[in-house]
Amino acid sequence: METLLSAFAQASLFDLLAPSPPGWGGNLLRGLANSVQIALGAFGIGLLIGTAGAYGKLYGGPVVRDLMEVYTTVVRAVPELVLILLLYYAGTDLINRLLAAMGYAPVDISGLVAGIAVLGFVQGAYATEVIRGAILSIPQGQIEAACAYGMSPLKLLRRITLPAMLPFAIPGLANLWLIATKDTALLAVVGFNELTLATRQAAGTTKAYFTFFIAAGALYLLLTLFSNVIIGWIEKRARRGMPSVGGAN
Amino acid sequence: MARAANVDTPTASRLRLWLRPHRVVMIAIALGLVALAAATMRWDWIERYWPLALQGLWRTIWILAVTCTLGFLLAIPLGLAQAAGPRWLAVPARAFCTVIRGTPLLLQLWLLYFGLGSLFPQFPWIRESELWPYLRQAWPYAVLGLTLSFAGYEGEVMRGAFAGVPRGQLEAARAFGMRRTTIFRRIWLPQAIQRALPTLAGETVLQLKATPLVATITVIDIYAVAGRVRQDTFIVYEPLLLLALVYLMITGIIVYAFRRLEKRLPARLG
Repeated sequence: METLLSAFAQASLFDLLAPSPPGWGGNLLRGLANSVQIALGAFGIGLLIGTAGAYGKLYGGPVVRDLMEVYTTVVRAVPELVLILLLYYAGTDLINRLLAAMGYAPVDISGLVAGIAVLGFVQGAYATEVIRGAILSIPQGQIEAACAYGMSPLKLLRRITLPAMLPFAIPGLANLWLIATKDTALLAVVGFNELTLATRQAAGTTKAYFTFFIAAGALYLLLTLFSNVIIGWIEKRARRGMPSVGGAN
Repeated sequence: MARAANVDTPTASRLRLWLRPHRVVMIAIALGLVALAAATMRWDWIERYWPLALQGLWRTIWILAVTCTLGFLLAIPLGLAQAAGPRWLAVPARAFCTVIRGTPLLLQLWLLYFGLGSLFPQFPWIRESELWPYLRQAWPYAVLGLTLSFAGYEGEVMRGAFAGVPRGQLEAARAFGMRRTTIFRRIWLPQAIQRALPTLAGETVLQLKATPLVATITVIDIYAVAGRVRQDTFIVYEPLLLLALVYLMITGIIVYAFRRLEKRLPARLG
């Protein structure tokens, strides 16, 4: 006991956060890499669902519109944690039942894939609203002109709608990206080894709670600030030729 | 004719407009699904757990109300400091909002609960103080964490709201000879709150959705009750589905209440 205590007393900040095994820095960085990976995947899926959802809401038939409305309302009203649990259990269960019904052996769905799918589904609901609003902000004449040129719907989407809506959508999408990076922390609750869970394990083992939680907070904050720089570049490029917005940062 | 009907029974005609044939079919399908769920899934656990669930529901609503109120009160000075404060106040306020918004709430809660919770017992004077019975429990950390989080997000909103109040109104008040505290109380703050009100409903719903995180630091809210049912009985979907329904209903009530509140305030801002 005596030696254990003195060992903790001697273990300095740098020893605890060292990247190689006696320190826990490596675990934290691996957790961060996992978090970023999930956030990127979820954001990508969210963008795809969001674009499709916005199109469904704007141009779909009455049934599609109502279904989209139900999707966005329910997903945005129920806590992410509940959705994650529900989709995590129900999704893996459903896939395995389908596989069993078709005569295949059940698969073990990796936490990474499940996390990306679940968070992507949640992000999709928010992205739908952001992109719908952005498409509505495009001057209608641009779309009419493209139609008059005889562009096919897909070409219209690729050449006009998506690039023209981007400046309007970027602030909302930037927010969504930051939410995605922070929502990955929720996967710690279902036991996926991302930054927050890695931090808790490190803190629980060494009892240096403050050191690790603040270190992890700093990593998340760095990710946010770094993202803000990138978002600034993208926004500048997407808004080229448009009047600058005062006070945007 | 149609207009007359509109005047006579506005709600009935609105309902008729809303209830188009495809919606009737969709509602029928939804009711069918609910009936199917009621018939085929297991609901016998409700009887045993409903007193605990009511307690959890009360705790969720209590935490939501307390943290939103305290957080909003904290957001006012945070927003004011950023919008009009001197540099030595504006910079820390800005840093606070950035840190709160840049890190996950789960991490903040764990830092407070596990971090402070492991730090406090080391000091004898804290253990002997009258606060100790509270500091040993989990809910003060939950309330503190959620309050700071709400203040961080809402402080940013209040910054914009304070900055958005037209200068002319404040100058006019000064020309009337009002003191600075009077100007703040009578003109600046009410105008800023009115500007922040539309976002407040959204922020409150976000705060509601943050409350289940307190279950991870052993506060028994409604989410924790569902978790306990899952642990005790191995029933997974039923409690979670019911839980989603409960959150949907609370969200609906929040949105409705704020809509009522907004209607009572004049919509035009000068």
